[in-house]
Amino acid sequence: MSFFQVQPSHFLGLAAILFATGTAAVLLRKNALRIFMGIELMLNAVNLTLVTFAKIHGGLDGQVLAFFVMVVAAAEVVVGLGIIVAIFRRKGRVPAGATAVDAASVDDVSALKG
Amino acid sequence: MAEGVVFWLAAIASIGSAVFMFLARDAVRAALGLVMNLFALAVLFVLLDAHFLAAVQVIVYAGAIMVLFLFVIMLLGVDRADDLTERLKVQSWLAVPLVFGLVAITYLSVRGAAATTEFAGLDEANASGNVEGIGRLLFNEYLFPFEVTSLLLIVAAVGALVIGKRRRASRTDREDEDA
Repeated sequence: MSFFQVQPSHFLGLAAILFATGTAAVLLRKNALRIFMGIELMLNAVNLTLVTFAKIHGGLDGQVLAFFVMVVAAAEVVVGLGIIVAIFRRKGRVPAGATAVDAASVDDVSALKG
Repeated sequence: MAEGVVFWLAAIASIGSAVFMFLARDAVRAALGLVMNLFALAVLFVLLDAHFLAAVQVIVYAGAIMVLFLFVIMLLGVDRADDLTERLKVQSWLAVPLVFGLVAITYLSVRGAAATTEFAGLDEANASGNVEGIGRLLFNEYLFPFEVTSLLLIVAAVGALVIGKRRRASRTDREDEDA
């Protein structure tokens, strides 16, 4: 039964769907943390394609590349979350009279202007 | 056959958790969806004979990075409602067709490039173990990128420290914190 015969295109198609879901999260969410999670999802989809191509070509280079992507993602998360916390420190206070708003919303990125 | 069953279970779990991450009500649920997604991807890595990466995925991604995410979410306050008022209406109207277009384009290119290919398999490359194979590559051909990686991590750690450091409390800053 070819449905249960795993082909390379199955993995690549799955990675495409995951990447698109991550893109949707980046484009449509307002919370900076959730946008960040979308970026993580996109990175993981790319990792899946790299590992799939490693098996297609019969070498381990793709896996080493995916390993590097993971390292870069870890560094990126550290810096990115640091920036989000720094923005929150500047903008996190709820103005008097206003209802509690999402402190990490990207609508407030003008905070970066200083 | 068994491989196919595992693949489809992991594929459904990963797509389901990714969609859950996208649709979830608050950031904590989204983070848990992402953790589930990372575990499903680790299963797929095992299917693709990437045993080392599967372990790293669970330890580094699902462990360290997601704990960091949850830590920051808790720090910023989980009780705050997601701001759903849309200020960039054009973007959200454009985003949906563009995302479906992205799926279509990637699917078509995948079909064109890989529909007929077969796995060459990693039996040869993994003959002495997946970890040993990766180690050999990492410390021979990829030694220089690996060393650059260490530099990158140091810069990231120092950068996060500089960004996160509170300035020595001058009067205005203290007023800011009290307000």
